Amino acid sequence: MGDAQVWTYVLVLLSFGLYIGIAIWSRASSTKEFYVAGGGVSPLANGMATAADWMSAASFISMAGIISFAGYDGSVYLMGWTGGYVLLALLLAPYLRKFGKFTVPDFIGERYYSKTARIVAVFCALIVSFTYVAGQMRGVGIVFSRYLEVDIETGVVIGMVIVLFYAVLGGMKGITYTQVAQYCVLIFAFMVPAIFISIQMTGNPVPQLGMGGTLSDGSGTYLLDKLDGLSTELGFAAYTDGSKSITDVFAITFALMAGTAGLPHVIVRFFTVKRVRDARKSAGLALLFIAILYTTAPAVAVFARTNLIETVSGKEYDKMPQWFKNWEATGLISHTDKNDDGKIQYVADAKANELTVDRDIMVLANPEIANLPAWVIGLIAAGGLAAALSTAAGLLLVISSSVSHDLIKNVIKPDLTESGELWAARISAAGAVVIAGYFGINPPGFVAAVVALAFGLAAASFFPAIILGIFYKKMNSSGAIAGMLAGISLMLFYMAKFKLGWIGELPPKEEWWFGISPEGFGTIAMLVNFMVALLVNRFTEDVPKEVQDIVENIRIPSGVGQAIEH
Amino acid sequence: MDLEKQKKSSAYWKENLKYLSILLGIWFAVSYGAGILFKDALDSIKIGGFKLGFWFAQQGAIYVFVILIFVYVRLMNKLDEKYGYNED
Repeated sequence: MGDAQVWTYVLVLLSFGLYIGIAIWSRASSTKEFYVAGGGVSPLANGMATAADWMSAASFISMAGIISFAGYDGSVYLMGWTGGYVLLALLLAPYLRKFGKFTVPDFIGERYYSKTARIVAVFCALIVSFTYVAGQMRGVGIVFSRYLEVDIETGVVIGMVIVLFYAVLGGMKGITYTQVAQYCVLIFAFMVPAIFISIQMTGNPVPQLGMGGTLSDGSGTYLLDKLDGLSTELGFAAYTDGSKSITDVFAITFALMAGTAGLPHVIVRFFTVKRVRDARKSAGLALLFIAILYTTAPAVAVFARTNLIETVSGKEYDKMPQWFKNWEATGLISHTDKNDDGKIQYVADAKANELTVDRDIMVLANPEIANLPAWVIGLIAAGGLAAALSTAAGLLLVISSSVSHDLIKNVIKPDLTESGELWAARISAAGAVVIAGYFGINPPGFVAAVVALAFGLAAASFFPAIILGIFYKKMNSSGAIAGMLAGISLMLFYMAKFKLGWIGELPPKEEWWFGISPEGFGTIAMLVNFMVALLVNRFTEDVPKEVQDIVENIRIPSGVGQAIEH
Repeated sequence: MDLEKQKKSSAYWKENLKYLSILLGIWFAVSYGAGILFKDALDSIKIGGFKLGFWFAQQGAIYVFVILIFVYVRLMNKLDEKYGYNED
């Protein structure tokens, strides 16, 4: 066993021990503790927990790599996944906190005074959360298999047991405090290699500044200019220019923002703080904690891309460094010498290109590429696991509370006792873990493709219903239900047709409606939701007076907890 | 709700909406404006190694987002106090 592997075992086991310890210390004893951690979490803790909840394996492992290969086009993720918090903080979080219930379907069901609305919301929450959680379990499996040399299946099972333990035992309370710890682990793991590499390449310890700085080789050339030059030389688009159309960039960014603000596992975190002002503040803190990673990732992307091109392009295959061989063994890098010159041609032209690189490698192999000490490599594994586990746990809670609270307690069996509901919540959490684990081990081919679209689904379903519910007092139930159904079905249809190819042959890009990709289509589906909702609203019933009073009431921050009794 | 209370709450709501439209205007300008629609034009300006449009898209917009939320928190806390909706 090499040094790096010993460190990996030590750091992963230590962090797992920490999570389990916290889970035992913070078990939930009531449904309120299980669903919303008793509603007494401090804004700082909630901010960290939200950040960990939000930043998944995709943010930690894949995002810098995606940007690395997409250049400017990768900005959609950076702006989309952070700008959504502005919407969340200004338009949703304070009012939902004032409303003061347990789940998003709770809000939809009460605000639109309708069991049907609640059931539609549960259905949307389940679709969004399941597509998302399967990807997380898969992420856990991949980290295990790459660093600890166990099968992906074994990795997924280990991950399932850990999550099962603290989600089922601790509910939201356990999840919140483990997420605080997980945030610390993942941000440390992300920043350490980034700072090291920034110093190596630009002499500046702050990656956000190093990215725009000059190279430390004394040439005085700016790093970004150099990378633009390297990219165009090899036939790629200049790094700081994109190749996507402005319309599509606009649409994707908006879908990701509205989707972020509409994701049930993020929204529900704001039910856990004490007062409305705490909800606002913790949204700000959450974005601050997220921004630390999100402003570093594009810097890592630039460093890694430059490093990669300089190391491999036009160089002899036999003289590649050790990390190249290590990752070649895992299949994440591969080289076919098409013109038999013994050198690596890495170019944009697919016919002449000899190198394929998996995007995840840009974060995973970064410490090795930069010759960092073995403990840093172990740190990356622990960080990736923290990111995947924290997000999985948050999603599982949404799934279990949707089933136990919204379906069983509110629709099927309203006379369920408090302890009965707590048990129902625990059993549904366990059931959800098992299903998620199953999808992690046997991923249906479409899971990976669909995870990115979970945002489109959230934007197309929840976002308009919640916004209208708060800002338009006269919005009625028929309109909201029609809007949600229209939005989510249109989005599902577009995905099925243009992403999954389930309806006839997969059409070429030229046939995209308005030139908008499936990733960006959530924006259109969201607009359709708004329009259908408002149109149907015009021709159907008036909103009951007492519901209008509820809306009046949630707009005023004082008197939390009395919003419903009024 | 009696009339006096009603009046107070709708005045509060109006001020809140005014803040929202200003802050969301800035939110839109830095991301969709500077980072996307006017990216190419701004790219002719360079700050250090960064082209300005590119910087907004990958760095600047995010910093402004964080600041916007904290400004909102401050404004609303003051507004709550003004209308007596604060609770401690």
